[in-house]
Amino acid sequence: MRDARQASALRMARCTPHPMQPTTSSNPLAVEMRGITKRFGALVANDRVDFRLRRGQIHALLGENGAGKTTLMRILYGLYHADEGEIRVDGRPAAIRSPKDAIALGIGMVTQHFALVPPLTVAENVVLGYNPGVRLNLAAASQKVAEAAARLGIEVDPRALVKDLSVGERQRVEILKALYRNANVLILDEPTAVLVPQEVDQLFASLRRLQEHGLSVVFISHKLYEVMAITDQVTVLRGGQVVGTVNTAETTQAELARMMVGRSLAPVERTVPSLATGSAARSPLLRLEGVSAVDNKGLPALKGVSLEVHSGEIVGLAGVSGNGQTELAQVLEGVRRPTAGRILVDGQDLTHADPAQVMQAGVGRIPEDRHASLVLDFTVAQNLALEHLDEYVVGGGRLDKGRMRQHAEQLIAEYQIKARPDDRVRTLSGGNMQKVILARVLERRPKVLVAAQPTRGLDVGATEYVRGKLLEQRERGAAILLISEDLDEILELADRIAVIYEGEIRGVLPRREATPERLGLLMSGARQEQL
Amino acid sequence: MSLRIERRPAPAWFRPLIPLLAVVLTMVITSALVLLVRANPLHAYYFFLVEPLSSRVSVIEVLVKATPLLLTGTAVIFAFVGGFWNIGAEGQLLAGATAATAIGLHMHDAPPIVALPLMIVGGFLAGMAWVLVPALMKVRLAIDEVVTTLLLNSVALLAVSALLNGPWRDPISQWPQSPEIAASAIFPKLIPRSRLHLGFILALVVIAVVWYVLNHTAFGLRLRAAGQSPEAARFAGVKVERTVLVAALVSGGIAGLAGVNEVAGIHYHLIDAISGGHGYTGIIVATLGGLSPLGGTLAALFIGLIDTGSQSVSRALGVPIYLGDVILATLLLVTLATLLLQRYRIVLRRRTA
Repeated sequence: MRDARQASALRMARCTPHPMQPTTSSNPLAVEMRGITKRFGALVANDRVDFRLRRGQIHALLGENGAGKTTLMRILYGLYHADEGEIRVDGRPAAIRSPKDAIALGIGMVTQHFALVPPLTVAENVVLGYNPGVRLNLAAASQKVAEAAARLGIEVDPRALVKDLSVGERQRVEILKALYRNANVLILDEPTAVLVPQEVDQLFASLRRLQEHGLSVVFISHKLYEVMAITDQVTVLRGGQVVGTVNTAETTQAELARMMVGRSLAPVERTVPSLATGSAARSPLLRLEGVSAVDNKGLPALKGVSLEVHSGEIVGLAGVSGNGQTELAQVLEGVRRPTAGRILVDGQDLTHADPAQVMQAGVGRIPEDRHASLVLDFTVAQNLALEHLDEYVVGGGRLDKGRMRQHAEQLIAEYQIKARPDDRVRTLSGGNMQKVILARVLERRPKVLVAAQPTRGLDVGATEYVRGKLLEQRERGAAILLISEDLDEILELADRIAVIYEGEIRGVLPRREATPERLGLLMSGARQEQL
Repeated sequence: MSLRIERRPAPAWFRPLIPLLAVVLTMVITSALVLLVRANPLHAYYFFLVEPLSSRVSVIEVLVKATPLLLTGTAVIFAFVGGFWNIGAEGQLLAGATAATAIGLHMHDAPPIVALPLMIVGGFLAGMAWVLVPALMKVRLAIDEVVTTLLLNSVALLAVSALLNGPWRDPISQWPQSPEIAASAIFPKLIPRSRLHLGFILALVVIAVVWYVLNHTAFGLRLRAAGQSPEAARFAGVKVERTVLVAALVSGGIAGLAGVNEVAGIHYHLIDAISGGHGYTGIIVATLGGLSPLGGTLAALFIGLIDTGSQSVSRALGVPIYLGDVILATLLLVTLATLLLQRYRIVLRRRTA
């Protein structure tokens, strides 16, 4: 059952538009936003944006990070106030000053950060803050929530405690919460960012059901294939302005990508042929021998992982999220101790090394969580120097700030980081944060590079940049382990592909033998011998 | 009309004004108490803020009052910057005072050049020792240091009491206070016939060193990284546990120096009321000063001013001397509240629809 769902999730990732999408482009308008302008200081986040959402329509707001999608929807939900422009709901002018006003107008919003109380039940969470009167009849409320869930076809147990639910289930509770408050317009802010592929399937299925009930949905995303798969219309934003609105059935991924970035994406050039032959004879730069580790709860997360990465080679580690990728990256980064096995980098034993020793041995680390590896309130210059502070110490233990700044200026120019040396990293976009990390790592010319989800959450331009840099490192002769949940990324970059499932390597395939179907089977638990 | 709070960062020019705003708001609030005793608030604040600066004698008194606060405030700043929430400066001060007394009692045959450094080092080490256990428990066992350091304050106070009622009871007066320390162990006066003593210079030196370490050394940057984002610091190769341990120990040591300062500079013997809450006031100093050594210095001087002023205001207007304490407590709360203005803004808006 689970395997089948995962395989379908993979197919979903590459599917073309819905063949039988009902046309919604003539339905009456549910929401109309006209000439919305929103400034944050000098930055114009929304510049005279027009947006029209029709009844019963799933409408994508597509754009790179920082294009203004979320800002626009926060205005609609009353979290921000537009400097200029007009909002009409059901044809009538609406003054939306707070989420309260938005909810009263039937608008609900689900963000990536859920506002649920974990120790309470689903029903309690749904009625929380929405109980007319003083007295709370929990039993009756519970009953009503259960009825609503059944009517809307949202599969969730109203008596379950939220803390016991998976991320996908929690998202369903958030949606139920919005709908219980009689929302007929639902804003979903990058709803799939937190989901595993099979949960994405479920989300899309319930959105289609809700659409049949007449719900209008704004689907904020920067993932083209999802937009193609689920929406009826797409409004593309770039730099705060509307590029255009198109019917999904009449467009292609390539056209949307062009609208998003304003240029067509060239496939990454590969100048060095794959090192399929001869590499096995040489000794690997990175070698894992039966590495095991436990996760934060003390449960086994890695079970005897063995893997080799050679100079000039990218090994992609594919897998559905939560199968040990995070722990493997942490073990290699020196922030998690393995419980068994050995890690060798160019022959040197790094099994019990701390981060400083790992770096010393020539391992570059692009971590999964940017926010947890940069000090957000430090400046760009400080973050760029933090890993090798001792090199900036002059007489008397004094830090040479001039040199730190100079170093930062040089890397900012070289890596096209849109920031100044004294800017706090917190103020940077995700793409620029990632460039800070890339600059910090790559300037050391690492022998081994561990890149965990290096393009997650990045816009198309930044993604392309990061992938180009990884290939550059490969040409230079670095051994790269690319841990990614984006199968397209792995297929595009890797020379060999290893698949991890429940903490075990289920198979290692050369790129040319790795079809999405075979990888899909391994990712859902099949063994290589069974292929 | 409606009052709303919006999340919006304050502009850069506004931030330094926030403590000033807190001071003004505090005065407005506490003027109600002044009115209660039928005095003129403006008059009262003249005595609080201006009168102490009008004579040389009282200016010196402000510096005397600020001296222990400069030390405890700096101690708290150093720990807080490193993410160690040291609420135990009070206990560490008492430990330092006890050690200074123990050394000072035996210095009758030693010249000041030997006695004073011994007391300073001894007080520093005693303060360190008093924070060692909470620091180790935090670093090794992740036990909350707020609770452990706070509880050890009572332990320190009771231990001092036990000493003063037992072995150190003054043999002549039989009061629960220690005998006087040796003359060579007393901090020399900076200005003859005043109370301003070597401790003030000591405090300034400590502040300068802490400022330099925090702002201009690799250790300082690592410490700030460990305090602001331990995970990121660890990832970048900072030995977070060791760094936090050092921060905690140095903080305890500096608080211990405040104890030395009280024994060798003011009282010349140990009493159980020797601190009078300087350790706790250090938290106010650190907060008001925005965790920067420079800001902390200004905050300590300001509190010294209020402290001095509360005496003159009670003499002149009959306002109870405790009004000074009320002002300080109010100031802490108002400061914490106004610090939110760094990130939020209060907006008045007229209802239209």
